[in-house]
Amino acid sequence: MVAIALLSDFGVEDTDEMVLSGAWKLSLLSELPIGTVGVVEALDLPGEIQHHLMHMGFVPEARVMVVRRAPAGDPTVYSIDGFEVALRRDTAKAIRVREYERADARQQ
Amino acid sequence: MSDCCSTATIDVPIEPRVAGKIRTVALVGPPNSGKSTLFNRLTGLRQKVANYPGVTVEQRVGRLNGIGRSDLTLIDLPGIYGLDSYSEDARVAVEVLHGEMPGTPAPDAILLVLDSLQLRRQLMLAAPVLALGLPTLVLLNMSDLMEARGGRVDTLALAQELGVPVAKISATRGVGLDAVTHFLNRKAEPEKLVATAAGKIELPVMGNPRSYRQWAHGVSSRTRYKAPLSNEWTKRIDGVLLHKIWGPLIFLAVVFAVFQVVFSIGQPLSDGFGEVLNLGGDKIGALLGHNWVESLLIDGVWRGVASVLVFVPQILLLFLFIGVLEDSGYLARAALIADRVMRSIGLNGKAFIPLLSAYACAVPAIMATRTIENKRDRFATILVAPFMTCSARLPIYMLMIAAFIPNKPLLGDFFGLRAAVMLSLYVLGFVAALATAWLLKSSILRASSAPFILELPQYRFPTVRSLSLRLMDRGKVFLRQAGTVILLVTLILWVLSHVPFHADLAHSLIGRLGQLIEPVIRPLGFNWKIGIGLLTSVMAREVIVGTLGTLYGADSATQSLGLQAALRHDLTLGGAMALVVFFAFALQCTSTLAIVRRETNSWRWPALQFVYMGVLAYLAALATNQVILHFVR
Repeated sequence: MVAIALLSDFGVEDTDEMVLSGAWKLSLLSELPIGTVGVVEALDLPGEIQHHLMHMGFVPEARVMVVRRAPAGDPTVYSIDGFEVALRRDTAKAIRVREYERADARQQ
Repeated sequence: MSDCCSTATIDVPIEPRVAGKIRTVALVGPPNSGKSTLFNRLTGLRQKVANYPGVTVEQRVGRLNGIGRSDLTLIDLPGIYGLDSYSEDARVAVEVLHGEMPGTPAPDAILLVLDSLQLRRQLMLAAPVLALGLPTLVLLNMSDLMEARGGRVDTLALAQELGVPVAKISATRGVGLDAVTHFLNRKAEPEKLVATAAGKIELPVMGNPRSYRQWAHGVSSRTRYKAPLSNEWTKRIDGVLLHKIWGPLIFLAVVFAVFQVVFSIGQPLSDGFGEVLNLGGDKIGALLGHNWVESLLIDGVWRGVASVLVFVPQILLLFLFIGVLEDSGYLARAALIADRVMRSIGLNGKAFIPLLSAYACAVPAIMATRTIENKRDRFATILVAPFMTCSARLPIYMLMIAAFIPNKPLLGDFFGLRAAVMLSLYVLGFVAALATAWLLKSSILRASSAPFILELPQYRFPTVRSLSLRLMDRGKVFLRQAGTVILLVTLILWVLSHVPFHADLAHSLIGRLGQLIEPVIRPLGFNWKIGIGLLTSVMAREVIVGTLGTLYGADSATQSLGLQAALRHDLTLGGAMALVVFFAFALQCTSTLAIVRRETNSWRWPALQFVYMGVLAYLAALATNQVILHFVR
């Protein structure tokens, strides 16, 4: 098991149009409601899966948006780096994120 | 793991490994980058498909016929995200790229395919690939789509950033492939080599996905990469196809439609093809005259191979559907919808469509399991697929039901006793598959955790070209892989049924073998004729009907009766039902065994499967016969 620690002052990326600022709280990716954005803090999964996910872009400081849930409620579709990937709750539970409130909700 | 994210400077030589001479080119790219389509384009259809030694990773090798360079070999590497050996696919890719894979020549150059719709993410693979130091051409696939959707990238700046040439292409439309020709020609003739891009380039620290990602994001912003507007259509379509209520309903409708077509078109197509094959055999046989050569070639080889060939139309039709589902992007959605249900039996959503296909034929089902990345889930799916009631079981089911089950209505005229027996045979196979999946996942294929990572590609229109390439490819794999084994089994069966010469089937070696095993199968309610049928149908399940026809036709006691009447004369109800139950379970199919061997790259799995299903079939048939013997009537 490898846990990737968060480096506190990691450079800000220009990838997402959404500006993330203001209040945030620590959460698990599996607990984010649909439409919210989380910033990956750390992954805690068995080596092979962890590597696979990290190569797909799930690295600390990456932004993940919760897109939708499958009709049965699980797995959930996430959007990261402009593509969509579905993860089961068991897997998403092992990804710790900083949860921001919805950018468009704040603007209203 | 190091968290250092600084960049290191690495020299990237642009001279080929063997100066001036390129013989082997490797095609590298992440999954879903359109790599296979490009491979098909570049090689035409002349490609060799096999497995790498000792692993289940598919090896595709071809000559670069598509661009007129048949002197060069192109190796298609498995789709990978990185070059760290985190998966079997990646380990194979690393070994091939380093020239350490036995039987595969070391590549002298690399074609790196990246999906330009997701360039920012896909560039992560460029870092470790460029660090290999081989001459590389980066191909930005689907550039036409990217630009049509308002995306752009400065390819010249990208070439400078990466230190290698970059070209925009569209593999599906065959646009921009002359860049590959130019690249290979220039590399092959060192005097024309223009060293514009030589020098030092910035590459991230190796082995750290986080620094790869940061580097990729840096490169894409410096090359003014603008991602295309996300496909609004995909979002809208998903809103319906993944809707809480409509999603599952549409899913069921799609499944039903596929089945309706496979059975209403595929079955007559297969039957017609079978008749043509038989007619052809008769015609050629008449030319050869009546002797043992004719018998060997026609009764042995031709009829044996034909008994397997009749499945080809159905297999291709199923592959057409799987191909449309996969290329359009719906297959991933189907997996998403089915995952919850499939998980409860220890499999994942990607196993659903393969298992469904197995209701028509296990062969395409097993070949379609390649989309399941998790090896354990994939093997479990391969091992349970043959339990599904395939169409080759129907002839013996229909024969025995028509002969032994009265046509009594149960629920009105539409659902009679015969339909009920048929339905219970389908349920029986399904239950056996579930139980086996559960057994496998809780024993030899136990997984510590079951990661299910499913990429949802954007919806696309499948192209006729890529579908037909896929059909020809799969058809060829089936004929080549199954063909050799089938030919061998056919010849063995022919010798067994024709030695000694001039003896009829009942007195041939196989006839004696059938009589020899009679004591073993007697408790199942089978006689020696059924025994012979069990032996000959190792070839393919429906062969037993022909064998029984021959045996009862040669027997003076039953000669004047029809086959159904002859069976009623010879078997009890218990024996007849035991026979269909036996066929519900037993793996009487050489094609399936050959394909399982190919997909698992070992005889261990098909052997285990054959024995397991055989034992189960014997016990279930025994129970059926004994229960009917003691409790019915």
